[in-house]
Amino acid sequence: MAEPDVVLTNPSQAGGTREQDLILSVQRGQTELFYELVRPYERRVYAAALAILRNEHDAEDAAQEAMLKAFANIRQFRAEARFSTWLIQITVNEALMRRRRERTVVMEGIDGHRSGDEDSEYAPRDFADWREIPSEALERKEVRLRLAEALATLDRKYREVFVMRDMEHLNIQETAEALGISVASVKTRLLRARLMLRDLLAAGWEQGWFSRLPFEKGTKPW
Amino acid sequence: MVGNTVNCEQVWREISNYVDGDVDVGLRAAMEDHIRTCGRCASVLAGMRNLVQLYGDERMLEIPAGFSGRLQKRLAKNVAVTGKRWLSWSAWLVPLAAMALMVGSLVMMNGHGNYLRSQHAEPGKNIPPDLVVVVSNGAKLFHVPGCEFIHDKASVRSMTAREAIREGYVPCPRCLRQYLKTGLLRSHEEVADNDEAEAEGEQEEVLSVAGH
Repeated sequence: MAEPDVVLTNPSQAGGTREQDLILSVQRGQTELFYELVRPYERRVYAAALAILRNEHDAEDAAQEAMLKAFANIRQFRAEARFSTWLIQITVNEALMRRRRERTVVMEGIDGHRSGDEDSEYAPRDFADWREIPSEALERKEVRLRLAEALATLDRKYREVFVMRDMEHLNIQETAEALGISVASVKTRLLRARLMLRDLLAAGWEQGWFSRLPFEKGTKPW
Repeated sequence: MVGNTVNCEQVWREISNYVDGDVDVGLRAAMEDHIRTCGRCASVLAGMRNLVQLYGDERMLEIPAGFSGRLQKRLAKNVAVTGKRWLSWSAWLVPLAAMALMVGSLVMMNGHGNYLRSQHAEPGKNIPPDLVVVVSNGAKLFHVPGCEFIHDKASVRSMTAREAIREGYVPCPRCLRQYLKTGLLRSHEEVADNDEAEAEGEQEEVLSVAGH
């Protein structure tokens, strides 16, 4: 198997020893250190909850609840798992449980028509010579908003897999386990999510989303 | 995958796995050969890489204003509850310890504690508290006046049995043997010829055998 083409940053890899120390300390009763332990992941926890619940208030509440559950179960955490993955899985479980409870899954189910059947192939629609959007563009709130809006238009099943894989940086297996689907489904949905997002952003460029970016006139962002 | 060449549809089908490095060496080489000469597939690949890079950036994970504060507050509340449980339990330790000390002091004052000059001695029972007894310097026993086993008779001083007990003295197993459980087991002849030093040693030995 070849090396990954894209190197993904993983916050948990930085300061891993410090994190392990914090985990041990909290497990031994220094509970006041728990926030320090989870602080690097609060964005990821919230994003995971938001990807599933699509409501900021519910996502925040689910994120907080997930943190409390992690705190309550910290003694059961074993070092063979990544703490971040463990935390995200708790969050996904919490969010999925809430969604089931609120019966929103029925409402979500009807939007499958927009993206077609998962098993059917999705062909890219835009083949212009795109210019890359530099990561510095993310400093602009408008760009982040546009990217978030494009993501929000995806069907739930594609959005969830994309968020877990490309934003939460879970691997394929972890994504499958967190969402309770097969590895094959993760790969299929991820492919479709990435291709759809690419086309959505291409359209967004044509509509002027990135018009204030310092690109040459007439060129596209990638 | 067929042979060493792939077409556009095959590239699109595998492009996500390719970006993730999840294709075998043969397919990877075939895709790269194709992409090198296909502008459409090169566009798809470039767009997907850029997409993964952008969405994978930490800045894309925005949280609502005040999220951290609210989270901290909720966690702190929970941690405080946990802490309170410990505190409420530990708070009992202080009065419990104080009570134990008080009880211990009372027991010692009554001669039933560890405050015995002889670690292995038997405190004695039903000794009349106002019974006049004598003690001497460096000794551990109190005696009835005139007991032949008094050690260092020059330093003898009188007091009541209550006071002697309070000071940690224990009854002489000779002259006060009727107040000792173990004393009843021993014959008078056995001890008649011993001096006080021997008596103290014997008493410790007997009490040890008796399980004290």
